[in-house]
Amino acid sequence: MTAVLPARPQRPTGGRLIDQFEYGLDAPICLTWELTYACNLACAHCLSSSGRRDPRELSTAEAEAVIDELQRMQVFYVNVGGGEPTVRPDFWHLLDYAIGHDVGVKFSTNGVKLDRTRAAQLARTDYVDVQISLDGATAEVNDRVRGAGSYATAVRALENLAEAGMKDFKVSVVVTRENAGQLDEFQALTDRYGAQLRITRLRPSGRGADVWDQLHPTQQQQRELYSWLLANGDDVLTGDSFFHLSAFGEALPGLNLCGAGRVVCLIDPVGDVYACPFAIHENFLAGNVRDEGGFQRVWQQSELFADLRSPQTGGACTKCAHFDACRGGCMAAKFFTGLPLDGPDPECVQGYGESALAARDAATVMPKSHVDHSHTGPVRGQPTLLGMPSIPKVAPAVSSPTPPARICDESPLAGLRLR
Amino acid sequence: MRGVLIDAPVAAPAEQVREAGAAPPPGSGAPAPAPAAEFDPSLPWRRARSVALRPEPFGALIYHFGNRKLSFLKSKPLVAVVESLAEHPSADATLVACGVPDAQHPAYRRALADLARSQMIEARTSLPPTARRLAAGPCRQADQPEEP
Repeated sequence: MTAVLPARPQRPTGGRLIDQFEYGLDAPICLTWELTYACNLACAHCLSSSGRRDPRELSTAEAEAVIDELQRMQVFYVNVGGGEPTVRPDFWHLLDYAIGHDVGVKFSTNGVKLDRTRAAQLARTDYVDVQISLDGATAEVNDRVRGAGSYATAVRALENLAEAGMKDFKVSVVVTRENAGQLDEFQALTDRYGAQLRITRLRPSGRGADVWDQLHPTQQQQRELYSWLLANGDDVLTGDSFFHLSAFGEALPGLNLCGAGRVVCLIDPVGDVYACPFAIHENFLAGNVRDEGGFQRVWQQSELFADLRSPQTGGACTKCAHFDACRGGCMAAKFFTGLPLDGPDPECVQGYGESALAARDAATVMPKSHVDHSHTGPVRGQPTLLGMPSIPKVAPAVSSPTPPARICDESPLAGLRLR
Repeated sequence: MRGVLIDAPVAAPAEQVREAGAAPPPGSGAPAPAPAAEFDPSLPWRRARSVALRPEPFGALIYHFGNRKLSFLKSKPLVAVVESLAEHPSADATLVACGVPDAQHPAYRRALADLARSQMIEARTSLPPTARRLAAGPCRQADQPEEP
């Protein structure tokens, strides 16, 4: 019996590159590899709901095997993250192993392990890029989201890198409602260390779903961000994450399309391969690097990725005059806000997202990831955005936006660097 | 500004050579500067040593590990030219050896000049190998008769 499958559209010959990319590539241009779910912080918006290590995480030998495979497939570089990747004891070994096997490494860190010695080591290493995460240009704004003390840790790492003579390291910022007005300050801070600014979009992924309503930039802020990028963005990295803003008018440079499963993907700490780093959900799980055939087979043969590798032809957005500019926006942002994948992005700059969000009925169930490694107890430096868990919610007479951290709020393990 | 995912600054070859193959990044509307004077098609060239080239259905991706630039070769003939530059005494000789029609030579030279500007190809001082047979090069050597 022959199953009648809907024919997948065939890749066209020639034409624009963006059209070619919609049909996928033989290997990703680059991929995100979260090395561990362990993290010393508990950022309110963590896209991977990280905190605790997963006992099933890839061993050193398995991680090396993945690197060997990426080398064979000529994946030029990996974006390493977590969790906090540097708390893996074999992190520095894997870094050298990847570079020694023609796989460049860009890693994101909160800076916890970047002392002077490590900074000097990084400055001597070719083909590595370091991104220090900072979500406020001031400690007040940053620590509300990333936790008390995290600004100081990041700044110390920046100082160490600058002092070691490291070139072109990045300050990596997720743009939120609270820091969107600080873009110039971020630029100044970055310049102070001879670094490069990188700003990316807040997604409602992981714990980000819990704070998205509160933290995602307003329409007005999106417009200001767009203007700022057009005016100042030549040397600013964006991870191509703001392509939905292109519907304001002039296209932003970069790949203005969703690359999920087409030109990028995610390998998570346990080896699961998802379509993109913002889509840790079983609907976007394509396979595991431990499966027979490894990562290559997942990338080249998974049904899910094959489904993602075709142009969007239906849905409300294709009828919009701006569709060619924004391509419907971010798949993960739609999915985790309960919107249909062929409809508008929740932050659609033409306003269709807001109406779509308003039109969700009470029965809409928000998709919830099956993966959550959040700390279960208090951690040192709890984000104060949602209020200090240990402080009873008594409304103060005068609102104080940032309750001061108190020693008794710290974990009993405060000061002990466990990893 | 460049692109979590893709932060590699995309080398931006000139608009007018799109049809020849080296393509600007999608969405990049910036007009490209005139080709650098340094590219001389009568000299020997090669793919830069820090550059990796990966074949793709539409042509190839190339990535410079040093300056982290990413670019695209938008046609298979251009991939063949870039890959065999090192086997020929000059860029022009490579075009001939690869069977690029004369009328397209200017467009190919512009594409190569763009690649030179983004350091994807580099001038070579050594002479090309003359006596040995090409191992797997996509184009025959200029001074070698084609196999019947």
